[in-house]
Amino acid sequence: MATIGAAMSAEFMMEEALAPQAPVNRRRPRFRTWRLIVMLLAGAYFLLPIYAGLKFALENDAGHFSFFAVKALPTEPGFGAAFWLSMRLSLVTVVLSMVLMVPTTIYVHLRLPKVRRVVEFITILPIVIPPIILITGVLGSYPLWLKASPYLLSLVYVILAMPFVYRSLDAGLSSIDLKTLVEASRSLGGSWFATMRRVILPNLRPALLSAMVLSLALVLGEFTMASLDLWETIPVWIVNFQQQDGHVTVAASMLGLIGSWVLLTLIVSLDRSQSRRSLRKTGGL
Amino acid sequence: MTQMKETSMTDSSITAGTTKGAQVELDQLVRTYGQVRALDGFSLSIAPGEFVALLGPSGCGKTTVLRVLAGFEQPDSGRVLVDGNDISDVSAQKRDMGMVFQSYSLFPNMSVINNVMFGLRMRHQGRSDSRSKAGQLLELVELSDQSTKYPHQLSGGQQQRVALARALAIEPRVLLLDEPLSALDAKVRAELRDQIRSLQQRLAITTVFVTHDQEEALSMADRVCVMSSGHIEQTATPAVLYARPTTAFVAQFVGISSRVPVETSGNEVVVFGQRCPIRTGEALSGSGHNDALLRPEDFGIDIDPNGKGFVTHKSFLGAITRLIVQVGEISVRVDVRSDQGADIELGTHVTPKVIARDVLVAPRVAAAPVEPL
Ligand SMILES: Nc1ncnc2c1ncn2[C@@H]1O[C@H](COP(=O)(O)OP(=O)(O)O)[C@@H](O)[C@H]1O
Ligand SMILES: [Mg+2]
Repeated sequence: MATIGAAMSAEFMMEEALAPQAPVNRRRPRFRTWRLIVMLLAGAYFLLPIYAGLKFALENDAGHFSFFAVKALPTEPGFGAAFWLSMRLSLVTVVLSMVLMVPTTIYVHLRLPKVRRVVEFITILPIVIPPIILITGVLGSYPLWLKASPYLLSLVYVILAMPFVYRSLDAGLSSIDLKTLVEASRSLGGSWFATMRRVILPNLRPALLSAMVLSLALVLGEFTMASLDLWETIPVWIVNFQQQDGHVTVAASMLGLIGSWVLLTLIVSLDRSQSRRSLRKTGGL
Repeated sequence: MTQMKETSMTDSSITAGTTKGAQVELDQLVRTYGQVRALDGFSLSIAPGEFVALLGPSGCGKTTVLRVLAGFEQPDSGRVLVDGNDISDVSAQKRDMGMVFQSYSLFPNMSVINNVMFGLRMRHQGRSDSRSKAGQLLELVELSDQSTKYPHQLSGGQQQRVALARALAIEPRVLLLDEPLSALDAKVRAELRDQIRSLQQRLAITTVFVTHDQEEALSMADRVCVMSSGHIEQTATPAVLYARPTTAFVAQFVGISSRVPVETSGNEVVVFGQRCPIRTGEALSGSGHNDALLRPEDFGIDIDPNGKGFVTHKSFLGAITRLIVQVGEISVRVDVRSDQGADIELGTHVTPKVIARDVLVAPRVAAAPVEPL
């Protein structure tokens, strides 16, 4: 969420900053050249690996264009199981993360605004602590029956996703006048449940969506934990299968990438319609 | 406005009687936030159907009173009685109080009609009943044509009218308005002020209106309760409050009074060499060094080349012209009729004369400079 938001606003800022300069700035052609160079460099940095990946995924061993890797992917040994495991882990992680984080964040916003800084600090810890330390600790301290289950990973993923989930929800809650909306609903006779379901959650939709997609992306891309916990999720499978057929594993990565893009585009467009709405709202003040 | 009141009286099905005003009793409310005593023994009794304005400077505890009444805050001590029943243990959800907030509070995800229907749906009323009731209320606030719009498509004034309709839809026992007009521009504010007042009278609903704008309070309310630092300074009808403030705070906050240092003796006081009776029935009169509190209209002036005062500021306010007259160290505001004030120039020598029947006297405070008009 944080990164998406920042990228968007940077883009807006650029449009806004550049537009009014046009008639005034005589050195504009030079700026334009520089801008073009920077953009080309940045574009190359991001796009070349993807291009290379796509090209490799769509080639056969002889170097000719072919869909064989994409077609072969679903039937490769272990892929189905890995895919299914990743899906289950995603679902459990996303549900658990929402069930824990949504009420917590709302409660902090409503009742404990003073501890927001503290909570923010706590939620950032999973980024600061290296995953290898986290998983060693978890494996050393959790009961055996839990360690035998792949869903231990989901518990760990909820922690890893916390920085992103908290930040999405926090931003979403800050963008609405939560206290007033809740009080309006309560004074009109709304129960806490009705207030949550009909007032808070609908106004938090983009934030919820981005929180969910970000935890999903995390589960689908996480390697260290899964590999140390000896479960073959998609990323672990990709690494393991690489020795057998590089084309197929790259095809798997590319499909994952495209899937994430589609999801991210979806939230950004939802986010935009939301921010346009709130812009107009404040414009009315 | 009166015309609108009469026509709607006859053609709307929502009139006095469907909503009965409740009697409200606030008894010795205390609410502290750390060191701040937001409410410091606040007691107020409100008659059924009465419109009371809470007036006071920012931070004096007005919002806290409303929030305690609505059930959003628990007082540290004191009781809230509605129709004789202590409602301290009743949650906000069950209190049946309609609240209009200072900030825009419409649910952004719902259309106007759904916003107004919300409270009815929460009371498990049928969809079609709720819809027709909500429609009537939108008619009442003259927004029927906006019912399918979303809050962000409305102006500020329209949003507050929808919020009012939404609060009224539940036929609340008490209507609570927390500075609902403060975010609006002057023209809309004046219109909405009239609209709220006429609706309130028509529905005979007990109403507490919070404002820091004295003009708003005086023009709308049956009674005005002036607050400072969590307690009541004076509660009275607008006319009495203006004409007979009982404390220096009220005198200075409601209308603008100039302070003139005076010596009091017995029940008389000398203002600029003129003997005036001290207003009776007040707590703060006393002998010795005091201040007289005088409103601009309490003074008249004589144009007098030998006068001790001279005019330092002059501003045209329509029917009247307001002057600041400096007499020695003291500045006072004086209102004159504009036709008589036309040829008074800055620097004109004048003598201010007290034309009020009697004057309010308060203990002396260090002279505060009179700000330009
Ligand atoms: N939630 C709160 N936490 C701390 N102080 C508060 C809170 N609410 C109100 N106060 C304090 O109580 C006093 C009265 O506040 P309020 O009732 O909002 O005043 P008003 O509405 O008259 O401007 C103020 O000094 C304010 O700072
Ligand atoms: Mg307030």
